[in-house]
Amino acid sequence: MIKFLFKGLMRDKSRSLLPMLVVSLGVMMTVLLQSILGGFLNETIESTANFTTGHLKVMTREYSKNSAQIPNDLALVGVDTLKKSLQKQFSNISWTERIQFGGLLDVPDSLGRTRAQGNVSGMGISLLKNDQEINRIDLKTRLVKGEFPTKAGEILISDDLFHKMNLKLGDKVTLISSGMYDDMAMYNFRISGTLHFGINVLDRGMVIADIEDIRAALNMDNSAGEILGFFTGEMYNNKLAKAAAQSFNAQYASSKDKFAPVMLPLSDMNDMGFLVAYSESIQTFIVVIFIIAMGIVLWNAGLIGGLRRYGEFGLRLAIGENKNEIYRSLIAESFLVGTVGSVIGVIAGLLISWYFQAVGINYGDAMKDATFLMPSVMRAHISLTTYYIGFVPGIISTVVGSMLAGIGIYKRQTANLFKELES
Amino acid sequence: MTCLASTLFAQTPSGKTIMDKVDDNMSAKTRIMTASMEIGSERTKRTMVSKSYGEGDHKSYTEYLAPAREKGTKMLKLENQLWIYSPSTDRTIQISGHMLRQSVMGSDMSYEDMMNDKPLLEQYKAEVTGTETVDGRNCWVVTLTAIIPDINYFSRKMWVDTERYVPLKEELYAKSGKLLKRITFSNIQKVAGRWYPMAFVYKDMLKDGSGTKMTIQEIKLEASISSNIFNLGNLK
Repeated sequence: MIKFLFKGLMRDKSRSLLPMLVVSLGVMMTVLLQSILGGFLNETIESTANFTTGHLKVMTREYSKNSAQIPNDLALVGVDTLKKSLQKQFSNISWTERIQFGGLLDVPDSLGRTRAQGNVSGMGISLLKNDQEINRIDLKTRLVKGEFPTKAGEILISDDLFHKMNLKLGDKVTLISSGMYDDMAMYNFRISGTLHFGINVLDRGMVIADIEDIRAALNMDNSAGEILGFFTGEMYNNKLAKAAAQSFNAQYASSKDKFAPVMLPLSDMNDMGFLVAYSESIQTFIVVIFIIAMGIVLWNAGLIGGLRRYGEFGLRLAIGENKNEIYRSLIAESFLVGTVGSVIGVIAGLLISWYFQAVGINYGDAMKDATFLMPSVMRAHISLTTYYIGFVPGIISTVVGSMLAGIGIYKRQTANLFKELES
Repeated sequence: MTCLASTLFAQTPSGKTIMDKVDDNMSAKTRIMTASMEIGSERTKRTMVSKSYGEGDHKSYTEYLAPAREKGTKMLKLENQLWIYSPSTDRTIQISGHMLRQSVMGSDMSYEDMMNDKPLLEQYKAEVTGTETVDGRNCWVVTLTAIIPDINYFSRKMWVDTERYVPLKEELYAKSGKLLKRITFSNIQKVAGRWYPMAFVYKDMLKDGSGTKMTIQEIKLEASISSNIFNLGNLK
């Protein structure tokens, strides 16, 4: 039966070519949109996770309430023990502590007096132990001059601030900030390198140093503002993150201590909930849009095809073929058209997606005045879903289009068939 | 009690007179004092010891003696300028701008509070607004309202001991009427012929914690101080 229908379709190109082209085009667009939008959303989520929120973040309850103010006086204490317990409880998550801070960077003259001062926002991360955090924040591509700190007392500074303050690599600078006990903290650093983020707010005055230096500077021994968790080798998974946070927070539910640790999933931080929800529903959204759009086009194509095949259907009915059989064969034909069109569309969509995944679209220049963290290169992301998502609108819309167009078969009156054939 | 209060109020001196007498007790040409500062935050208590030298209202020098992390930290105030020396960085930094709003060594006191030592009557109009008892002592309640613009605290309320002319409590308010700081003075002793509070608790009402308790261990008023003390070079 299928072989018979397929032969019919191959021999009568006018019956199959237009619907197939429409399906291929629609499926290709579906695949491309899914991979590009999915890739862009994932990259945005991962950039934010890597730089700011982690997939999960542990803070004290009070720190979490006031986190925009970076209240290091409310930081976590006894971080070593807490981190060990987190690693034991959530072995699929890699945990790392960070300290965010703000302050002034003071540059001395030859007599040790203030020559220049600038506001800075900073981050203490694990820089000296291994490259994990350097890779996570993608600092290698952001390094403009010099090198990463290789010993204690070295700091990375934004390239813009470096030039603004007329500094040289190796220059001594003093960080003036607030310590964990709200006292004024002063700490000397040597500049080991400069960074360019491509984001105005960071390029104005970002500094990054090893977390142990920041602990010494801010009197935060074995303390940290935040412990960030990242799913090992995986992208953010909201379901897993929420489950982990729920199980961790349940342990402290009865505690009234405002410094008790609290775990938040990425979707509950930095207004990321909308982006995560959007990312989760984007596939359904694309599929529904394309099913509706292609369904309408293919319905119309089916109606035109049905009109053209008016005589054929009449003859088939006249020689005794059942209306249901004709209707079923019409749907089977459309299923074949949908499948073949979908295969072609998926292949074309995957090829273009693969190109955008490998090369990406650099829109960094357009984002130079951004005030939030976004990837400067937009890349497609080919996932397992990319391989099959096109078949859903491809086949459904073709079949639905034919089903709607084929309803006319049931309206034909046997008594009029020969009259119609004669005319 | 009501009778005593009304008798007291009938004999009330003017706000200016009270403040002048308070000034006679609290101000000295020079002072050298060693004090401990206990800072009680919600999570910890820290105690610091410092030795300070003061000359009039405009010059003061403080050196922190303990604990180890703060030892050797020095502060010098000359007129309206303030410098801090940190031994760990071997840097002397002038504190200015928004840094003045930071807390002094994590205490409830800001550098701005430390800098503002102009006589109160040059900044406020004093008015006696009542009588109250503080720690069993009869006090005049003196309300001070700012007469100059750009002032940290728009109004103050001071509870002044009616016999010893020393403040026992003080509250500092914002223009909105919000209470910002509260200072309670205790252990009033006679020092060089004047009444002087040997301990006080400074509480930032916007911060959690029990406040900062200053206890004077040793005080010398009208002692001679070498002019070298108030020298920028003395910080290192």
